[in-house]
Amino acid sequence: MSMDRRDFLKIAGITGLLGAGVAAVSGKMPGILEAAVTSPNSNALKAKQWAMVIDMRKFKTQDDYKKVIHACHSIHNIPEFGNPKDEIKWIWTDKFEHTFVGQEHEHISEAVKEKPFVLLCNHCEKPACVRVCPTKATFKRNDGIVMMDYHRCIGCRFCMAACPFGARSFNYRDPRPFIKDNNPKYPTRMKGVVEKCTFCVERLDEGLMPACVEACKDTKALVFGDVGDPASEVRKVLKDNFTIRRKPELGTSPSVYYIVGGGENAG
Amino acid sequence: MYNSGKIIPGIIIFLAIVLFPFWSNLGKANVKPEPKIDTPVIQQMPVEERKCIEPKEFMKAGHMQMLNDWRDSVIRDGNRVFVSSTGKHYNMSLQNECLRCHSNKKDFCDKCHNYLAVKPYCFDCHIEPKENKS
Repeated sequence: MSMDRRDFLKIAGITGLLGAGVAAVSGKMPGILEAAVTSPNSNALKAKQWAMVIDMRKFKTQDDYKKVIHACHSIHNIPEFGNPKDEIKWIWTDKFEHTFVGQEHEHISEAVKEKPFVLLCNHCEKPACVRVCPTKATFKRNDGIVMMDYHRCIGCRFCMAACPFGARSFNYRDPRPFIKDNNPKYPTRMKGVVEKCTFCVERLDEGLMPACVEACKDTKALVFGDVGDPASEVRKVLKDNFTIRRKPELGTSPSVYYIVGGGENAG
Repeated sequence: MYNSGKIIPGIIIFLAIVLFPFWSNLGKANVKPEPKIDTPVIQQMPVEERKCIEPKEFMKAGHMQMLNDWRDSVIRDGNRVFVSSTGKHYNMSLQNECLRCHSNKKDFCDKCHNYLAVKPYCFDCHIEPKENKS
């Protein structure tokens, strides 16, 4: 078959127009999913940047620590492996010299030196873990919470190397058999993903305070709120007290503040 | 043809073995999977309300895409309320919403997934409900 240039251009033009027409029509037909409407819960708590003040003066007995840790670890299905190598921790304790590295000195009060400090993910304003994640499995929400999407986590552990606070734990083993009492409302994790504290997003989205904050609401040892709101309780506590953050020199701008207190109450 | 006495029976035996899946299933009707929707929660509903959040046909074909979209919406945007095409509001949660009615994973999810030999990893993390047969 032979075709002169004129015929070829005609056919090509018509085909092109037809294709564009079909694309335009089919592109305008949304499926149910595109048309689906989603919205936040009506009583969800909102913030510019969630933050927490940890008042170490109010942690006096072992029980004060235990109930906070238990509140978190029981509802989030945290396994207990019984060895520090595999340990999964969302909220935990460590000594002053490990919490505020470089702040310790030889004449520090015995009470502060030996007191366990409450640690959790700092939900940094400029999180190093988010910058290094190759799959965007970890990211920063609009309300400042550093979140994980476990579905996307490939277990590369870059985030663990990047986090200066040791807030992330890796599931070296299947956690399921080591969870004492399943909370059927919350998922577990699987082998090969990293996990950490989420400031209880699932509770904030329902209008509740984080589990650890609620566990010690009688003493107000943990104060939680929006640091972007000048009228919030955290801002008031930050105004009235001298507070410090962990490793501020690294520039990640942590959102967890500590009132260290004097030596009046050893842990 | 040399050695035809060996080669021809050999070919026949070879074909018989290779085609084993076909002739062994010949004539047997392939049983279609029928996921069960007779869980206690569904049975307590009035008959006219026994509907999934979207039409059955859509759910059959698109539930996996929908769950993916739900996950992104909930985790990334914090939007946890789904407004269905009928205008009803639902909590976007596999574990707390879907499985509240479909509490029979073995007789519901697994029926089709096993038939099609797909192995979604939902339940590596999400806790399946304890089977409570009525």
